Amino acid sequence: MVIDALIAVAALLALAPAGIILASSPVGRPTVYGASLALSLALIVAGAVSLFGHHDSTTTLPLGLPWLGAHFRIDALSAFFLIVVNVGAAAASLFAFGYGKHEEFPGRVLPFYPAYLAGMNLVLLSADAFSFLVSWEFMSLSSWALVIAHHHLRENMRAGYVYLLMASFGTLSLLFAFGLLAGASGDYAFDTMRATPPSAELAALVLILALVGAGSKAGLVPLHAWLPLAHPAAPSQVSALMSGVMTKVAVYGFIRIVFDLAGPPAWWWSMPVLFVGAVTAVMGVLYALMQRDLKRVLAYSTIENIGIVFVALGLALAFKANAMNFAAALAMTAALLHVLNHSLFKNLLFCGAGAVLAATGERDMEKLGGLIHRMPRTAFVFLVGCAAVSALPPLNGFVSEWLVFQAILLSPQLASWGLKLMIPAAGALLALSAALAGACFVRVYGIAFLGRPRSNAARDAHESERVSVVAMGLLAAACLVLGILPGFAIDALAPVTYLVAGGRMPVQTAVEWLSTVPIAESRSSYNGMLVFVFIAASGMIAAFVIHRLASDKIRRGAIWDCGFPDASTVTQYSDDSFAQPIRRIFGTVVFRAREIGEMPTPSSTAPARFTAIVRDPIWDTLYAPLTEFVAFTAEKLNVLQFLTIRRYLSLVFAALVLLLLVLASWP
Amino acid sequence: MALIHDLLFQGGQMLLVLLLAPLLTGFVRKVKARLLRRRGPPLLQPFRDLARLLRKDAVLAENASWLFRVVPYLMFAATWVAASLVPTFRSGLLFSWTADLIALIALLGSARFFLALAGMDVGTGFGGIGASREMMIASLAEPAMMMIVFAIALIAGSTQLSTMAAFMNSPEVGLRVSLGLALLALIIVAVAENARIPVDNPATHLELTMVHEAMVLEYSGRHLALIELATFLKLLLYMSLIACLFAPWGIGAATADPAEIAIGVASYVAKLVAGSFLLAVFETAIAKMRVFRVPQFLGAALMLALLATLLRFVSRSF
Amino acid sequence: MHGLTFDIAHMLAGSLVLVSFLELYQDRLMALINIYAVHAVVLTLSVAWQALIQDAPHLYITALIALSFKAIVIPVALRRIIVKLGIHREIDNVVGVGLAMLAGIGLVALSMVVMLRVTAEADPLAREDLAFALSVVLLGLLMMVTRRNAVSQVIGFMSLENGLVLAATGAKGMPLVVEISVAFSVLIAFIVIGIFLFRIRERFDTVDIQALDRFRGERR
Repeated sequence: MVIDALIAVAALLALAPAGIILASSPVGRPTVYGASLALSLALIVAGAVSLFGHHDSTTTLPLGLPWLGAHFRIDALSAFFLIVVNVGAAAASLFAFGYGKHEEFPGRVLPFYPAYLAGMNLVLLSADAFSFLVSWEFMSLSSWALVIAHHHLRENMRAGYVYLLMASFGTLSLLFAFGLLAGASGDYAFDTMRATPPSAELAALVLILALVGAGSKAGLVPLHAWLPLAHPAAPSQVSALMSGVMTKVAVYGFIRIVFDLAGPPAWWWSMPVLFVGAVTAVMGVLYALMQRDLKRVLAYSTIENIGIVFVALGLALAFKANAMNFAAALAMTAALLHVLNHSLFKNLLFCGAGAVLAATGERDMEKLGGLIHRMPRTAFVFLVGCAAVSALPPLNGFVSEWLVFQAILLSPQLASWGLKLMIPAAGALLALSAALAGACFVRVYGIAFLGRPRSNAARDAHESERVSVVAMGLLAAACLVLGILPGFAIDALAPVTYLVAGGRMPVQTAVEWLSTVPIAESRSSYNGMLVFVFIAASGMIAAFVIHRLASDKIRRGAIWDCGFPDASTVTQYSDDSFAQPIRRIFGTVVFRAREIGEMPTPSSTAPARFTAIVRDPIWDTLYAPLTEFVAFTAEKLNVLQFLTIRRYLSLVFAALVLLLLVLASWP
Repeated sequence: MALIHDLLFQGGQMLLVLLLAPLLTGFVRKVKARLLRRRGPPLLQPFRDLARLLRKDAVLAENASWLFRVVPYLMFAATWVAASLVPTFRSGLLFSWTADLIALIALLGSARFFLALAGMDVGTGFGGIGASREMMIASLAEPAMMMIVFAIALIAGSTQLSTMAAFMNSPEVGLRVSLGLALLALIIVAVAENARIPVDNPATHLELTMVHEAMVLEYSGRHLALIELATFLKLLLYMSLIACLFAPWGIGAATADPAEIAIGVASYVAKLVAGSFLLAVFETAIAKMRVFRVPQFLGAALMLALLATLLRFVSRSF
Repeated sequence: MHGLTFDIAHMLAGSLVLVSFLELYQDRLMALINIYAVHAVVLTLSVAWQALIQDAPHLYITALIALSFKAIVIPVALRRIIVKLGIHREIDNVVGVGLAMLAGIGLVALSMVVMLRVTAEADPLAREDLAFALSVVLLGLLMMVTRRNAVSQVIGFMSLENGLVLAATGAKGMPLVVEISVAFSVLIAFIVIGIFLFRIRERFDTVDIQALDRFRGERR
């Protein structure tokens, strides 16, 4: 199986130069995206065969370092992530079939797109540290090229710069982590690392390095600063991939290092993970509520969902350290299911945002509105995406959050006091972030799609291409199916949880009526299908009875608005005003949000102005001082560029004398 | 045979909640009026209002979308399904395993999500104000509710409502501090979620004081009737929830005989009467808070519920 | 002792913590004094219950002292003072209500952890009562720290003392002498504070502590 996967990846790599050649021809776009679609489907099949067939396969290729070779392997964990990544890739490629028409510089996007897909898949297939890190860097570089594809916009160049810096920083952390795992023997193969777990102190260091390295790619606070800059800057199908899929590759990296390679976890390991995850979830959604740019909101929402995944992973670590394998399996299933669910609905939302951008040319929600009338099909699937991300039953977002809550309810059995205090707090923060996510997406959908159009661009929008709508529709259908019948996905995850958590959840497909029973039926159960059926049935019965027995007439009239209708579309709620109550409650503390209203004096004709100032606390406390420090040091060191020849010679002389001294005093 | 029996009871519960909901609101309004020395509307007035609204034409704004027309049915369906799953006179409902308490809250949350979207649909300032304030209240009330569920679930050992009701009715439960805290928090959350004074005034005609009413300002006819019925059902749901969790005496067991069922129904009605009386007194006794004091009020509920959960985590006897 | 007696004692101690939280939430002085009266009443009930289950009649006297002094005399006196000072409508808070309550929860968690670990071998009822008592003490201190107005600081101090009484009764066997001396010292302190409040008000027209700092001339 792994050979087949590698062949598919090689084909993707071969597409890249083909993309360069075919970029300007009209057949370029369908070829590249079509071939990517086909190859992603092939990779899904490879992953599925491996996962459902419970069948691991390994191979070693004579590439890379001569004494190491390149090891590749598909086991249950990589098989699951292969499926997740390639489902996202397939959907994005199908979407780009139609959307790519709007691309102004296809030559900057088409070559790097298949390379990006190849890089991500290679990371999942790698079974030694060298090929892992090389693929990781390759993935970062190809996505960087895609981020700066529209280089004429200055903000995109800045986004690319920050992205490259953070990506290099993350790779450095991972390099150290793998170095520590490999130990003095320097054998980088994962199998050797698994067989020789490091000592407790080194393992702790590995945890922190993995959290920093993988976390910065996944978007954990405070290493998230690049994500809301880079994700919106890239073309929409690439944003969908970066948010929906690349962050999952980072989660895979974390799980691989911490749950598989670093040996048995200590009792305190879950605490930093839980803390970072909970803070990320709340901060992510609070940031999202302050944004005007549609894609930025979605990028910050990704940060929130990654926080949820890491909270579940922290719980799994805590249970694993306490040898509660069953509960660890539950928490791990929740985390992995949320990974799958999020990649589906985030893909859908970004594709929808891309469709809106293509139709109106605007990302600023302040200029949108009324799109439900102009783009009805896109609006419908986007609504499904918004409902899914707000964790509403019977869609899929709810199932994974429900499982996380069930895992939290099992945690009073943990012995550590720190965990006993931290877990209820993390649960409260998680519930808070779920509620705020609902508010955020009511805002997004309400301002962008509902109401009246706020600009001519929104007034003249047109529906997206049929292929793009089909791609989004497939994703929406997947969200519904996973929400109604999550049992199949949970059972498919059993081999993965066996591998990393040492246990599995009860067999879901054996439960009556296909309910989801995480622990025992008397304790808790949820049946998405029946809930869906009940709601649909009650709604339809009500509609039928009322239309028959009462009235079914409709009259159209002007907007009521309490008798004061205003034709100007500016008087409806804007994105700023919708978020104002929440900004006032949470923002004054977290973002030092201030509102300044300037009213004109009675006889002046100047307009009134309202300014809301929001400061990013993490940028102010972490990044700004750091960049200032680096700039300061660089300034001081710049002197070295302008020395006289005599001074340079003395530097060389001093270095030589120092080396001789070291040699002399070496024992 | 047992399946038919259980199906009949589940169906009976669904009809019971549907019939009792407008009566409950009528009773609350009557008591409030009497406390203010007015005669008040007749008890059956909400039924008459619903019947009147159902017969009228629905007038829609010119730019109202399909979402606007679908939301009343969706909201009614979600609230009705949720209300049917709360044990009222008998625990062990046939479909209680389809949705536990967390799913119930999420169902109410989705009803609210769609109602807020409907408020934004026509594009007026009032719809926006209602939707924005409703989501602000929800952003604090939902986490508080979730922590209340945690606290009670940690005591009862389950999130399934039938199991919880049966546990609360058994002698094992004892008088727990976290239960007291959870009860207080649940009352605060129930007041907020049902748009009652002090959070929102259900009888106001001033748009700037509205939260729930502002979202449904553009609705008329049968759509408005469905939304009103859903609101009545939500009040009934919260009262039944408080009754089933904190005053479960009289709820028949899953295998109850007709005498116990009769006692169950009678005690349920008695609890509803007591609850609505207390609600009416509470609403008459205090004034509505200004909007930005509501977060403090709900924040207190969140803190109480968090404290209750924390205490349960710390020791099993709290 | 298990079962209902345990639970009721627990419930009363927990209610004391709850009323302390209500004090933190309240920012109007008149209502604060009323809540303090409720605090004292709950303390009375708790001490009386302890007297019942420990079979210790002298605790009834403690309960009576709590009821008469702390629930009746002191609140009435405070009410008169603040009406005379004219500050009965003021609102005072240094940090927002949300932050204060969050800090309160943190303190309760802290006292739970500390008490339950330190007293691992003691009787379960006493341990948990002590944990609650420490929470009340810490919450009283929090009130003193987060309030500007001298009267609210006095109330914080009084609720702190209530917490100490709860601890003492829970620990089984607080001799009456200790209770009487503590109560009298609090009373004296209270009288002194009251006198000083009037003097301060006469000189500076305010009892806002920060304003007094300005007059002291040390904050330049």
